[in-house]
Amino acid sequence: MSVDATPAGRSRKRTAPNLVPYVFLAPAVVLFTLVLLVPIGYTAYLSFRKVKVSGLGLGKGSRKEIFAGLDNYQATFTDPELWAGALRVLGYGAILLPAMLLSALLFALLLDAPRTRFARFGRIAIFLPYAVPSVVASLLWGFLYLPAVSPLHYVLERFGVEGPDLLGQGSIVGALANIGVWGGVGFNMIVIYTSLRAIPRELFESARIDGCSEWQIAWRIKIPLVTPALIMTTVFSLIATLQVFTEPTTLAPMTNSLSSTWTPLMKIYRDAFVRNDLYSAAATSIVIAGITLILSFGFLRAVQNRAFGSEDQ
Amino acid sequence: MRIARRRTAAVLLLGVSLFAAACNSGGDNGGGTKTDEKVELTFWTWVPNIDKVVEKWNSTHPNIHVTASKQAQGDEEVTKLLTAAKAGSPPDLAQVEYQALPTLVSNDVLADIKDKVGNAKSDFADGVWQTVTLGSDAVYAIPQDVGPMMLYYREDLFKKYGLTVPKTWEEFAATARAARKKAPKSYLTTFSSGDPGWFVGLAQQAGASWWGVNGDTWSVSVNDPATKKVTDYWSGLVAEGVVDSKPMYTPEWNKSLNDGTLLAWPSAIWGPGVLAGNAADTKGKWAMAPLPQWVAGENKTGSWGGSTTAVTEGSKHKDAAAQFAVWLNTDPEAVAALVREGGIYPASKAAQAGPALATAPDFFPNQPDFYVTAKGIADTAAGFTFGPNVNVAYSAYKDAFAKAIADKAPFGGALDTMQTTTLDDLKKAGFKVAG
Repeated sequence: MSVDATPAGRSRKRTAPNLVPYVFLAPAVVLFTLVLLVPIGYTAYLSFRKVKVSGLGLGKGSRKEIFAGLDNYQATFTDPELWAGALRVLGYGAILLPAMLLSALLFALLLDAPRTRFARFGRIAIFLPYAVPSVVASLLWGFLYLPAVSPLHYVLERFGVEGPDLLGQGSIVGALANIGVWGGVGFNMIVIYTSLRAIPRELFESARIDGCSEWQIAWRIKIPLVTPALIMTTVFSLIATLQVFTEPTTLAPMTNSLSSTWTPLMKIYRDAFVRNDLYSAAATSIVIAGITLILSFGFLRAVQNRAFGSEDQ
Repeated sequence: MRIARRRTAAVLLLGVSLFAAACNSGGDNGGGTKTDEKVELTFWTWVPNIDKVVEKWNSTHPNIHVTASKQAQGDEEVTKLLTAAKAGSPPDLAQVEYQALPTLVSNDVLADIKDKVGNAKSDFADGVWQTVTLGSDAVYAIPQDVGPMMLYYREDLFKKYGLTVPKTWEEFAATARAARKKAPKSYLTTFSSGDPGWFVGLAQQAGASWWGVNGDTWSVSVNDPATKKVTDYWSGLVAEGVVDSKPMYTPEWNKSLNDGTLLAWPSAIWGPGVLAGNAADTKGKWAMAPLPQWVAGENKTGSWGGSTTAVTEGSKHKDAAAQFAVWLNTDPEAVAALVREGGIYPASKAAQAGPALATAPDFFPNQPDFYVTAKGIADTAAGFTFGPNVNVAYSAYKDAFAKAIADKAPFGGALDTMQTTTLDDLKKAGFKVAG
């Protein structure tokens, strides 16, 4: 559409009018449409539908899909179990987010400190749990939590102490958050560490000449400079927390403390695939996606000045 | 989110490679398509070693080739089947548990094969056949195995602690108390919130039937007097602390079966397979007896599990598929192979008394008349009508009973929750429901 910068190109433009950019864009647009827009659109469509069964519902054609209006959304908003699940996730996040991000920052700073030995080994060791699939991680921890098979309980018993039931109602949130911390620290640590390594070393040198201790360098130079990385990891972790599913789902068969609606995503899964009610599951999905978007962008907005203020100036 | 994405990608990749593998094998087998009309059938099942049985079919039926695909047992497969049918690509044949038939039929997943099964009806007990017709004149599946319930107990430990095998549930409670006294670290058994099918079997024995059909109207009676009686009985034992309340099928449960801290297990005919797999060290130490009775002198039991072979509505070769389903579950040689290789207890009447069941399971060398006793028990299994939302009732059982156990509350409330949840779900979907 735009006028070509060189006059010589004008005649060529007639024969192939700006086709090239579209050809380059096409794969991305097609993929984006196919794997994101279409499923989201279909989910939105399903969320306004429902099944109407007539009579016994056994004969052919006794099950019809009809327009449901806002019924599914109304059911979602008035479902106490969903909001109870959301509260449980908040409690889980309140433990997980600070514990995971603070330890990730701490590990990154330690690995970046000049006198650290075994930095390479430490980096890999801390990162390794991230490479363990979360189903496997949950099973591993499940074995460590269950009193009859846990080595922890075995040792405690040798000392005549009865070990706590870590999957009991009182400790289940902590037990789940622990799995999240174990699996998530490594990834966040690497992000923060990479950002630390990108800081020009001269800054530290001049700080040292000015008489800064390593503590002061970490606190006054390193942490402020990696703030964008901290914010990015926080947003990612926040989203991952709101979508917690694998760990509680894997542990649920082992304990009486985890219901099939323990987190909002588990409820969506149950509605869609256990109760076979895709429609209300679709409505709940849309609501959860909306809330996740609001929270993530809300957080980004709240910290925008602090994070990117220096770039704007 | 990252993690979730990675997983999705992995699943997709796996799916693609499976698809590619399926195409390859299809290509290999379809070599002779030009000369003879060869039918390819896919069969979802979880019977162990089913390939060996299917191999028998394939070698004698050159024109109908069946490929068995191993699936997860029970609910997970139902979910997958519903999803596959919705997506338009279900397998031709699927193993389906009795309680899942109404759900699948109601979702139009299964085909009515009544004019393709000949007189297969005569091979099965009337009660069993009724569950595959859902009381109508259609036929939605061919019965494969049944799961009459019985009591498994540690013969050696019963002797050691001086316990007697309970004949009634009252005696069972007394035995539970005695066991706690003799071996304070052990429990007679556990009440599991994770196994609704188990609980249904116990309720059946007491005379429950949770769904009912009257004309074109469903009724739901999960909290009927019979189920209430069973619920209150177990609630009392758990509250008293003489029965454990940890779920079954966990690493912890396996260990308790192995180390003798669980002394008995009310289970079904397929129990030996589970014990052999989960508590291998206890071979020859278990024995089987009829389930304790509610009224002394009666002989009743319920069923836990049992499954059928069904043909899907989406199949392009329903005739061939039905032919295979009938062969698999009525042909003497096929059923004998199912028993030998797959360890199932056949629904076919002839096979229950057949030579394949002449010797006791390997895990029970101490009980040579295992299958004679079992046949006697199987004949006393009570009937039960399943409804079109068993999945909802079962998932409500897991949540409500787990919560009651965790809260140390009586189970009566959990049973009422199940009733309300099940009834409301039917009403919401528009089924005609009484009450």
